[in-house]
Amino acid sequence: MANEGVSRGRRRFLVAATSVVGGAGVVALAAPFVAALQPSARAQAAGAPVEVNVSQIEPGQRISVGWRGRPVWVVRRTPEMLDLLPEIRDRLRDPDSEQVTQQPEYARNPHRSIDPEIVVLIGLCTHLGCSPSYRPEIGTADMGADWGGGWLCGCHGSRFDMAGRVYRNMPAALNLEVPPHHYLSDDVILVGEDPDGETA
Amino acid sequence: MAGNTADKIQGGVLGWVDARFPLSQLWNEHLAQYYAPKNFNFWYYFGSLALLVLVIQIVTGIFLTMFFKPDAELAFASVEYIMRDVEWGWLIRYMHSTGASFFFVVVYLHMFRALLYGSYKKPRELIWIFGVLIYIVLMAEAFAGYLLPWGQMSYWGAQVIVNLFATIPYIGPDLVTWIRGDFLLSDATLTRFFALHVIALPLVLLLLIVAHIIALHEVGSNNPDGVEIKANKDENGLPRDGIRFHPYYTVKDLVGVGVFLIAFFAVVFFAPEMGGLFLKPANMIPADPLVTPDLIPPVWYFTSFYSVLRAVPDPFLGVVAMGAAVVVLFFVPWIDRNPVKSIRYRSSAHKLNLAVFVVTFVVLGYLGLQQVTAFYGELTLRFAVMYFLFFWLLWFHSRERSAVFSLVSFAVLVGIYSFYDYTRFDPANAQLLLTAWLLPTAYLFVTMVVPVFARNMGRDRPVPERVTA
Amino acid sequence: MKPLIVILSLAVLATGPVSLQAAGPSVPLDRVTVDVTDEASLQRGARLYFNYCIGCHSVQYMRYNRVGQDLGLTENQVIESMIFTTDEDGELTAPGALITNAMTPDYGEEAFGVEPPDLTLTARVRGEDWLYTFLRSFYLDEARPLGVNNTVFENVGMPNPLWDLQGWQEKQVDANGDTRLRVIESGSMSGPEYDRAIRDLVTFLSYLGEPMQIERQRIGLYVLGFLLAFLGLAYLLKKEYWKDVH
Repeated sequence: MANEGVSRGRRRFLVAATSVVGGAGVVALAAPFVAALQPSARAQAAGAPVEVNVSQIEPGQRISVGWRGRPVWVVRRTPEMLDLLPEIRDRLRDPDSEQVTQQPEYARNPHRSIDPEIVVLIGLCTHLGCSPSYRPEIGTADMGADWGGGWLCGCHGSRFDMAGRVYRNMPAALNLEVPPHHYLSDDVILVGEDPDGETA
Repeated sequence: MAGNTADKIQGGVLGWVDARFPLSQLWNEHLAQYYAPKNFNFWYYFGSLALLVLVIQIVTGIFLTMFFKPDAELAFASVEYIMRDVEWGWLIRYMHSTGASFFFVVVYLHMFRALLYGSYKKPRELIWIFGVLIYIVLMAEAFAGYLLPWGQMSYWGAQVIVNLFATIPYIGPDLVTWIRGDFLLSDATLTRFFALHVIALPLVLLLLIVAHIIALHEVGSNNPDGVEIKANKDENGLPRDGIRFHPYYTVKDLVGVGVFLIAFFAVVFFAPEMGGLFLKPANMIPADPLVTPDLIPPVWYFTSFYSVLRAVPDPFLGVVAMGAAVVVLFFVPWIDRNPVKSIRYRSSAHKLNLAVFVVTFVVLGYLGLQQVTAFYGELTLRFAVMYFLFFWLLWFHSRERSAVFSLVSFAVLVGIYSFYDYTRFDPANAQLLLTAWLLPTAYLFVTMVVPVFARNMGRDRPVPERVTA
Repeated sequence: MKPLIVILSLAVLATGPVSLQAAGPSVPLDRVTVDVTDEASLQRGARLYFNYCIGCHSVQYMRYNRVGQDLGLTENQVIESMIFTTDEDGELTAPGALITNAMTPDYGEEAFGVEPPDLTLTARVRGEDWLYTFLRSFYLDEARPLGVNNTVFENVGMPNPLWDLQGWQEKQVDANGDTRLRVIESGSMSGPEYDRAIRDLVTFLSYLGEPMQIERQRIGLYVLGFLLAFLGLAYLLKKEYWKDVH
């Protein structure tokens, strides 16, 4: 085989160019296939934001609604409960909600909520996903005299306070998650959508 | 020993793998040092393109399987779910439905290439046999897949084809019930067709394709001149007319891939229904066992054989004829005994025979899509006869025939179907019948009788020693 | 039953298709050109659909909010103008729900003799010309249970839901034996107005049949452009390498 007219540089350039363009094509074609595995319109519709009316919730009472297959708790805290929140901060792992993944910016405050009274939490333990039980009574025999009310996970004993913040030295390392939500009116919360209309 | 050191230096990951798995060996044997004839032309693109379509079908198929529900109650809606609710689902589904048709386009052209250049002849008979098996499994695969959307065409198309087995004497009706798994085409049929379509047949298909390629690389590729390049090797034992598959044919096939993908995606994005040829409007209606659509033609890639079926009035013999039209392909390496492989050096009579076969196959395909009228029915019969006459002529042109043999066999063949025409003669249809009679008769006359008088026409030409540029 | 199916299928095979469905067009169809990129036309068509058709004909493979998005409507507009049903909890059907409707198949069958079909895919089954002609071809016929017949779909079970727009037509046979339809009692729209309205409706039905059709063609142009560039490069690469081959 004769090699006249063969330019190694040109050849190398064409191999590289064709590979890059072809590779880009393959990646571009892969994108729709990857996107197809995202939740479909059906899943989106099933996971649409949920309206919760909070006007009927008594102080200290918790209600639970389903959103995207997960329990969402809405609690109206009593003034007593709110007063205790700053007092127990030394015993908490992340009292100031510094883990930004666990709550939207508008719930990153001492009471972890928009309205101080009403807290909205995803009711799944951040350890392994069990749903903790609600223990609002303060200082009980089994929880200890210094228990300020909150949640106890039945699976591995993680404890959370009335703002969903986890105690120190618990299996769970993160505070309970606050889902995106906002007030449609004074009494109605839309769970699953930020105030700016962005869905999670 | 020096070689060993060099191996160690180059070794690395590849060396580690090669010591445990013949990776470099496979790469060399099938690509880098596989010597292919340097004179491949347009017709040699379709083998690699068939592999490309296979990959498209498998990948899109895997994704469709994630969303499709093989359940008679849910299947139709799950296809619309893919088309509307699944992000990009429409693209994946259209790629799969278009891919099915393009698979057959590519495979038909690939098979035609083999006929053109005698690629089925010794020593490549097994490659051809594996190929025909691939084609048959592909038809089964397409047929099973076509039922899955559970539309009217899916349902009634499958109904008609499955009922072909009912024509088999004695066991037919029970056999059909067994195939359906029910007393009508139902959920039971859908689920088993689904299993066949997504697991069983693709596995068989892959195995056959591997066998096809191993056999090919064992004996080496044929080429448009039909010259064995291994017969002429240089001092290094490499064929003088061969070039390494990689990079020469990989870069060339890349051009073929580019052209193919443009055609493929043009259909996917601008004509996914292809005017009803690839996706039929009636299949947008959910299957209804109580309402038969007006017209139930098979998908275009089956219609040539469907026409052969319709050409024969007796149902069972029709099925036999249709089966024979496919099975005869297996015997082509032994029907065509002419030592000259390539059409370039075959007689004009053979060239004409092959040209008529192409026309016959296309016309039969067209007729299979139409409502049967007296005119179309007559045409179907004549072209079905011509379909089989092609194989007779393939044998006939295995060598130059004597004048006596040519004339006698011409008279016998024409006599056979003329006798059949005599038995069904009806003065009302006389003109149509006689005009149509001319079709096979002219075909036989030109390819068998004319060469008796124009000797050049029936004579093959000498094959060159080396491939031509 | 078994032999019957076999015989039936064989009859289909041997003699070609047997028609058991009386729906083939018996009259020449009027041609219509629809433009599914025309948002205003789609919105007018949707308005007609949700005012006149949705009571009987579901669009069960489409979602309200998808139609809203594609037609440039806000969620509130979707809720106000399209959603008239409630879900199993008695709440207004969610915008993300499929467009099923309140009429049960049994009720439909009782009222019209046949279950009103779902119309999601009807444009792909029938074609736009057929729908355009069909919807303009109702005429008074006392022989029919509901007093209405259709020249395109003989003995159709459906009454003319748009009669207050079109008025009533009568079938007349002229001297040549050709039949034509003439409005004998006018509705709220003139003839051309009604034709335009039907074109909007058919545009909307065409959109429903394949809601991604515009996106499909738009993306297709980019894909083909890209592939042409790839082909050019591959061709140059092939030419470069094949300089070796003599």
